[in-house]
Amino acid sequence: MPGVPLQHVLLVGLVLFALGLYTVLTRRNAIGILMGVELLLNAAAINFVAFARYSGTPTDGQIFAIFVIMLAAAEAAIGLAIVLGIYQNFSSIDVDATHALRH
Amino acid sequence: MFYAFAAFTVLCASGVAFSRNIVYSAFALLGMLFGVAALYVFLAADFVAGAQFLIYIGGVLVLILFAVMLTHRIADVAVSNRAVGSAPALLIVVGTAVVLGRGLMVARWPVVAALPDTPTTHAIGNAFLGPYVLPFELASFVLLAVLVGAIVVSRKELRG
Repeated sequence: MPGVPLQHVLLVGLVLFALGLYTVLTRRNAIGILMGVELLLNAAAINFVAFARYSGTPTDGQIFAIFVIMLAAAEAAIGLAIVLGIYQNFSSIDVDATHALRH
Repeated sequence: MFYAFAAFTVLCASGVAFSRNIVYSAFALLGMLFGVAALYVFLAADFVAGAQFLIYIGGVLVLILFAVMLTHRIADVAVSNRAVGSAPALLIVVGTAVVLGRGLMVARWPVVAALPDTPTTHAIGNAFLGPYVLPFELASFVLLAVLVGAIVVSRKELRG
């Protein structure tokens, strides 16, 4: 893509990061928060691939993106297992309802 | 063309962030992941785009949809994706975005002239079994731990 400057790709990553941060901060549904984390990880991976594309050594950044995707899959598996456990104990996945350890 | 896919990605991401129903959020996440895979293609990262399709859309998204279906009465029309405290969150998000955006506009990125688009799979495979072999093996160990951990967490008889 010779026509697209690097800044525009980074801007897409920035917008995705901001939307993910907003999702994580405002959601009270645990699955919604996990979706926000996926947005954040995708924004980071886009930046890695963009820098790899425009730095002349494409392999290193793409390998980081693959590790990000791998860790996102691991995070989703563990996170959703925990969410299902919370649902069985509290009958709700609203993060405000899970205050069993709070005084 | 790049900008069309970028706009599609951002639109779907805002659907994830602002939708009032968790099921709509999940399907907006599907569109966002498709859009990001398309952006990887435009950035000449064919293997990463394939991995995005297989792992995210084939694995993570199906997992999320299963979790949504298991934890909600699906016919429920009530607001299933409650959001609170949007004003302070908006303040934090806008502040972060302004700082980051100013940083990326002001900084001088040393950009190399674009190389011809070549298949990346060969180079990535060589790198994984060459200089990156230790992180690669650690990743397989982490995935094994995740597999065992997810089974332990979700089994009923092992919990108090």
